[in-house]
Amino acid sequence: MFPELNSILNSTPDSFKSSDFILVSDRRADASFLIHHYLSFYLRAGCKVCFLGLVQSFSHYSAVGQRLGVSLAQAREKGQLVFLEGLKESFGVLLQDTSQETQPLSYLRSPGAGLEGLFRFVESCVRQSGDGNAGESWGPPVLLIDDLSVLLSLGVSVGAILDFTLYCQATVCSELQGNMVILVRCEEEDADDDEEGSNLLQRGLVHQCNLALHVEGLPTGYCRDIHGQMEVWWRQRGETIYNQRKIFHFKVHDKGASFFARGTSSAVL
Amino acid sequence: MAAPVRGMAGSPSIGNTTSFQKKTRSKLVSIPGTRPSVQNGQLLVSSGVSSLDYVIGGGLAVGTLLLVEEDCYDSYSRMLLKYFLAEGVVCGHELFLASARDHPDEIMQELPSPIVDDVAGMKISEGQSQPSDPENPDTMKIAWRYQNQPRVQTALASSVRFGHYYDVSKTMEPELRQAAKCHSFYQLQETPVTTGSSPLPSPYHALLKSIQTVIRKEGFDGSTPQVGSECPRLGLHSLGSVLWGDDVCCKVNPAHCHALTTFLYALRGLLRTSLSVAMVTVPSHLIQNRAIMGRIIRLSDTAIALESFRGSEKETNPLYKDYHGLLHVCQLPRLNCLSSEVPDTKDLAFKLKRKQFTIESSLRAPAPAFIFRPASQPASALSPQNTPSTHPTALRVYSYGTSPNPNEQRGVKTPPRLLTSAVSGL
Repeated sequence: MFPELNSILNSTPDSFKSSDFILVSDRRADASFLIHHYLSFYLRAGCKVCFLGLVQSFSHYSAVGQRLGVSLAQAREKGQLVFLEGLKESFGVLLQDTSQETQPLSYLRSPGAGLEGLFRFVESCVRQSGDGNAGESWGPPVLLIDDLSVLLSLGVSVGAILDFTLYCQATVCSELQGNMVILVRCEEEDADDDEEGSNLLQRGLVHQCNLALHVEGLPTGYCRDIHGQMEVWWRQRGETIYNQRKIFHFKVHDKGASFFARGTSSAVL
Repeated sequence: MAAPVRGMAGSPSIGNTTSFQKKTRSKLVSIPGTRPSVQNGQLLVSSGVSSLDYVIGGGLAVGTLLLVEEDCYDSYSRMLLKYFLAEGVVCGHELFLASARDHPDEIMQELPSPIVDDVAGMKISEGQSQPSDPENPDTMKIAWRYQNQPRVQTALASSVRFGHYYDVSKTMEPELRQAAKCHSFYQLQETPVTTGSSPLPSPYHALLKSIQTVIRKEGFDGSTPQVGSECPRLGLHSLGSVLWGDDVCCKVNPAHCHALTTFLYALRGLLRTSLSVAMVTVPSHLIQNRAIMGRIIRLSDTAIALESFRGSEKETNPLYKDYHGLLHVCQLPRLNCLSSEVPDTKDLAFKLKRKQFTIESSLRAPAPAFIFRPASQPASALSPQNTPSTHPTALRVYSYGTSPNPNEQRGVKTPPRLLTSAVSGL
């Protein structure tokens, strides 16, 4: 959890907006540090978290989580965190001759069929929050997806992914008053790449979301002390439409990230 | 002293002359040829090229995938692959080599020969048969305490050094090469198997299956606990080329545009579950769809690109006349930590010398050096000349007129500026 980001977004683990769909995207940069922030944020807030880890293993998140002060292994044992190991189980699913009942990862074997299996997994996970262990009632459910755009590399179509996010938003945000945080990684804006690209996916998701955090490298080039810029776009919130954008510079440390206004980096001042 | 009768027949512990055992605090299995990273404690292996290790953050982390974008004629990327495999032979790691163009045995025969520091040690290591040895070395009369020490030690097999140097003008000795276990996969000799409903086309599916079989059979995925289990190195040459049955290099909108990306995703998953390292070379200059290339880079952990000057107009550029090509570091991984390695400079150039593959910053100081660097600033050389230690050697660049060298003349060309920032933990 990054305190500076909390103050920018005006949210703390004790009081945060519900029914929020937050989209984290990046272009030629790496915005995964924001996923670590949200993971530790919602675990501290006591929410039930369903995490689809499609690009890294559980030990990676738990190692970072320890530096940020949350224990993922403990949360998983208590039932607060449900982690889908997408990466480590992928080759097993791909090499199987018989199609087993590995429903969540069924998109690996038949990418054209859509993500219904994955959605069923998410649904079963977030709906269990009410009837957990005795005495352990968690807060509103949260769905975290680390890297939805890797599904494009596996052959799933943009339309299927957008359908999946719509279903998830309807279930998690509207019905259960929970939150959703999705990471999408884009490439360069390419003129002839509009059909099945991650840019199309990102544009479609930006329309659905309430808050969009876009991470990019500095437009002036590479810098050691400022790792990039992050644009915060407050979009529709219930009935009111904010449409306010702000750009911050950030630097990622070992135990967190610091955000500052443009031009106020400590290396410059 | 009494005659050395005791303990000769069956000593319970080989190599221990006393019963004193050093108490080791760490329970980690130490695998030869690896060392922990200073940044985040990851176990690193050397890629075979010390300056490349420096550029990618100390080495290749075990369980990760290194992607090398080939240069136009696949000369230097093939060299890097051979360095990688040679390092595996020297450290005693198992090798898995897959190739579609040249037979894996041919690539193995071209491995560069390692440069050994002690020539005497090399002589002892020439196998079991010692025809020049007059005395039968079965019983030692004077040095009887060392009777139970391991008799023959190849100086390189017991090498626990991290990173070695190779002489590319000589090929590796066949004995050394055969001491290493190598599994190979030659695409043209594999019988095509109908894969049914798998999204992976046949060559990639067969390759993935072969890798999984090797890993399972040798127990690298932790199924059989082996003390001192070696970390296997996978070298996959020229994936994505036409010989692998993939048309991603031929068309802008290939029919199997997801084959290579799915394979890399599954391979990375396989690497994460086992203690292995993979180096994959991809002919990126043939892939016309930049989006696919972007995806391939993101699906790997570390990605570098080689751009050789041969045949391009940069060959005659005086700025680059000392180098053979440029090296771009496209991606560095974030492993178990928030921050990744932040390189000092992104302008790197490489040069293949006989005994070294050097990678340096390609920026040169202008000829009249009015750049003043305080002499106390330590500089770390990217290409340690003969000492492979990681201590930065101090390089002093003086401004004009302050050098103590009396022979320095005005306008003399300054040596290429090596990376001058101290390596401090990020």
